Amino acid sequence: MKIVIIGNGMVGYKFCEKMIAKATPGTVELVVFGEEPRPAYDRVHLSAFFSGKTAQDLEMAPASWYIDNNIRLHLGDPVQSIDREHKTVHSHKGFTETYDYLVMATGSAAFVPPIPGVDKKGVFIYRTIEDLELMLDYAPKATTGAVIGGGLLGLEAAKALLDLGLQKTHVIEFAPRLMPRQIDDNGSRLLQGKLETLGLQVHTSKQTTAIVGDDVITGLQFADDSILEADMLVISAGIQPRDELARLCGLEIGHRGGIVVNDQLQTTDPFIYAIGECALYNGMIYGLVAPGYEMAEVVATHILGDHKAFTGFDMSTKLKLIGVDVASFGNPFTPADQCRSIVFEDTMKGIYKRINITPDGQHLLGGILIGDADAYNMLLQTAKNKVILPPNPEDVLLGARGGQEAAGAGVLGLPDDATICSCENVSKAAICNAVIDGHETLDAVKKCTKAATCCGGCAPMVKDLITSTMKSQGKYIRNVICEHFDYSRQELFDLVKIKELRSFDTVLDHYGHGEGCEICKPTVASILASLWNEMILAKGNDTAQDSNDRYLANIQKGGTYSVVPRVPGGEITPRQLMVIAQVAEKYNLYTKITGGQRIDMFGAHVSDLPLIWEELVAAGFESGHAYGKALRTVKSCVGSTWCRFGLHDSVSFAIQIEQRYRGLRAPHKLKSAVSGCIRECAEAQSKDFGIIATEKGWNLYVCGNGGSKPQHALLLAGDVDSATCIRYIDRFLMFYIKTADPLTRTATWLNKLDGGIEYLRNVVVNDSLGIAAQLESEMQVLVDNYKCEWKEVVDSPELRKRFSHFVNAPEEKDPTVQFENLREQKKAANWAK
Amino acid sequence: MSLHNTATINWFFACKVEDVPANGGVCVKYLDEQIALFHFPRRNEWYATQNLCPHRQQMALSRGMTGTQGGEPKVACPFHKKSFSLVDGRCLSDDTECALNTYPVKIEDDRVYIGIVNGRDTETVMA
Ligand SMILES: Cc1cc2nc3c(=O)[nH]c(=O)nc-3n(C[C@H](O)[C@H](O)[C@H](O)COP(=O)(O)OP(=O)(O)OC[C@H]3O[C@@H](n4cnc5c(N)ncnc54)[C@H](O)[C@@H]3O)c2cc1C
Ligand code: SF4
Repeated sequence: MKIVIIGNGMVGYKFCEKMIAKATPGTVELVVFGEEPRPAYDRVHLSAFFSGKTAQDLEMAPASWYIDNNIRLHLGDPVQSIDREHKTVHSHKGFTETYDYLVMATGSAAFVPPIPGVDKKGVFIYRTIEDLELMLDYAPKATTGAVIGGGLLGLEAAKALLDLGLQKTHVIEFAPRLMPRQIDDNGSRLLQGKLETLGLQVHTSKQTTAIVGDDVITGLQFADDSILEADMLVISAGIQPRDELARLCGLEIGHRGGIVVNDQLQTTDPFIYAIGECALYNGMIYGLVAPGYEMAEVVATHILGDHKAFTGFDMSTKLKLIGVDVASFGNPFTPADQCRSIVFEDTMKGIYKRINITPDGQHLLGGILIGDADAYNMLLQTAKNKVILPPNPEDVLLGARGGQEAAGAGVLGLPDDATICSCENVSKAAICNAVIDGHETLDAVKKCTKAATCCGGCAPMVKDLITSTMKSQGKYIRNVICEHFDYSRQELFDLVKIKELRSFDTVLDHYGHGEGCEICKPTVASILASLWNEMILAKGNDTAQDSNDRYLANIQKGGTYSVVPRVPGGEITPRQLMVIAQVAEKYNLYTKITGGQRIDMFGAHVSDLPLIWEELVAAGFESGHAYGKALRTVKSCVGSTWCRFGLHDSVSFAIQIEQRYRGLRAPHKLKSAVSGCIRECAEAQSKDFGIIATEKGWNLYVCGNGGSKPQHALLLAGDVDSATCIRYIDRFLMFYIKTADPLTRTATWLNKLDGGIEYLRNVVVNDSLGIAAQLESEMQVLVDNYKCEWKEVVDSPELRKRFSHFVNAPEEKDPTVQFENLREQKKAANWAK
Repeated sequence: MSLHNTATINWFFACKVEDVPANGGVCVKYLDEQIALFHFPRRNEWYATQNLCPHRQQMALSRGMTGTQGGEPKVACPFHKKSFSLVDGRCLSDDTECALNTYPVKIEDDRVYIGIVNGRDTETVMA
């Protein structure tokens, strides 16, 4: 049997994969024509291309996969005509192929509304890797971006423009609200607020009438005669099914486009199927990948002689923007007379949730989640599987209150045939069985079942299922470090301490096996540093350090390093500034003020590092540990010495604290800040530990975080004096260092800590475990052992020797290092593609 | 390794044993090439590969962390932690990344020699 597939997109690829899996080898011949120049790639994660993923990273399978499976793949060669009578297709490059069955998976194109000026330079669509490459080229010339279309894709494109460095980006939506197909007015209003804090300007109820500019776009004109300036535009106004070939050969087409198909996805010619975004089923185009995969499954089954029908598909979706949770599932718009709605709104935190349930309160119909979509998968499955709701249905939104777990809640309450991964259609039973068969990690389950390999949204549920299945089999789940150590970090920390081990090799001899790896080496090195605070580059431990620690500097694009001297509390003298200026000029370094109130010097050759530090150390500077999982900076505001609102001298306190904990190594980096009053100019509440002056003393906050998942610090102790404040910090930090998993920031650590902040306060302030004195004395040992690492290197010819690029030509620098000019300084040459 | 045994090999002197940190690597210059050299003293083994990480074309593998995966010696690039087998150079983190060129190593009198297999000129070695 010979099958020709037109289109090598996500769904066309999936069809091939399913045929290979289902058919007896050697019985089916597959020929694929793809219009794009590369094999099928993951369009859903297209935006990741801007954050460094390569076209190769995004491939569904490498070109060799097609060869290995005997699939003939013609890339860059679109099919131009279909001869239904002789059952042949004819391609642009002149190939003619016969077929027994033809599968059209031509997808869709971006719909470009007929607005005058869409052909101007600077106007883009957002569909293929080529589109993104064009945008990447153009973006450096642009400052203000605009996106026509406030739907799922439009918002993703708008965020991409911001990430490309455009200072301002506008979103223009024709409807009165954003994401009109997924969410309601209230939700849209909240979403709009969130997007505005990201830097997106949202304009709803706006109809674009023209794109202005001579040859190049300079702005947009609207029906209300207003004009918006913009020098780069992405049009994301919907999709247009690629039905031109089908139309040409006389297949039935919907009056608004799309190839008409039946329950078997057959077109009006029973030998021709259409699947994915080009297919019109029941008057509907499914613009998502999961229904496309289901269509591929139905057709593969049907062609091989079995029965299976497509019956429509759930259109639940989640927006993939960091920091903006938006999801809708089931039917979010059931009319009010056919359901009851439960709405939860917290305008302070920016959370809006609405669920629709059946009038008898038994089943979940659908809903909308904004600001916190953690429950998305769970709710989606509850709706899809018609799970009976708990007696107080609001529990599924708010969690069970009053101490009792709601019966039926959680992934365990789902029936065995519940779909956990909708993209790959993997059931709960399939995942549990894989775990029982010995696939006990997420990676293993992914490989074995394909769950969580597509959009990844179900990964948390899969993890929960792995844990609970293992538990139900009586297996003890431990967080072991890696294949070389069967211990958790906390267990290893205690063992190393009791045995007083001081090098990676001795720890490996006692408790590990093999040679170690890039996971356990830095973990053990960090434990050793947190316990003994000895020179990290001492023989035997040097090569166990993480790559940046090993050179006491941060490796940057191109292989050069950056240098950050410590500037305690952000206070620096004019003389010190001059030293930094001289050093930077002498070694040709790019300088930038960091977010932590210090100065970063980039572009140092590895062999220049000891020379640079020799000059810095001579002028009194110390290592800033910007390269380590260690205390970084203690930011301060100017405080009572100058500021008319200041209650206490925040700078002096910040300096005292930074000097106390400088060089302190921990499971992850540590940041701190001190503010002189409640106005909080030093942003102490976004730090691992932050201090704010009060009338009576200091308030100590802990476990805050900036970064990709911001979290406010929580009050640990209020109105304490300086000495008490420091004792609490000693205890807090030492407790964290001893118990946290590797690479876990304090915020994440607290989130996982049973009992949360109350428990932590009991341990630190009320000494509920009776270990406060021990924690304090352990910290004192570390404080007393502090030495500046860079001073030690500068003074040791043996250590200095390690800072060369070529072992057999130490005086030569890496000749492949290249810089480009940028605003009178230099920058690293771009990554090779 | 079988290739190395049958072809003729030109050995060049790279450095002394003591110049290479235990359980770590260094970068050796050979004509216009950069070769990463690794020492595993616990198993008394030496490995050499190209210094260029094929993922983002960075001259960095000699500064990577060495270790094992299921007993197979490997190095992880300091940039994005892609791991490569030191035995045959293949990428262990994902199937699609190119493999590294590897070179034979021998030790005589505390001196480390790296072998260049004849017929493979500079061009193809770096490609
Ligand atoms: C930026 C972006 C983000 C997205 N995010 C999500 C998301 O979060 N969740 C989700 O479910 N979906 C998302 N989607 C939608 C998802 O990518 C599509 O539903 C999916 O790719 C459809 O697959 P397809 O194979 O039908 O079409 P496509 O992937 O478009 O593939 C069709 C292929 O056929 C080729 N072709 C067309 N005509 C011919 C011809 N005559 N001859 C040969 N080849 C031809 C095309 O060039 C194309 O390569 C997103 C899409 C984009 C663009
Ligand atoms: S700090 Fe790092 S992650 Fe953040 S913007 Fe700068 S380069 Fe990007």
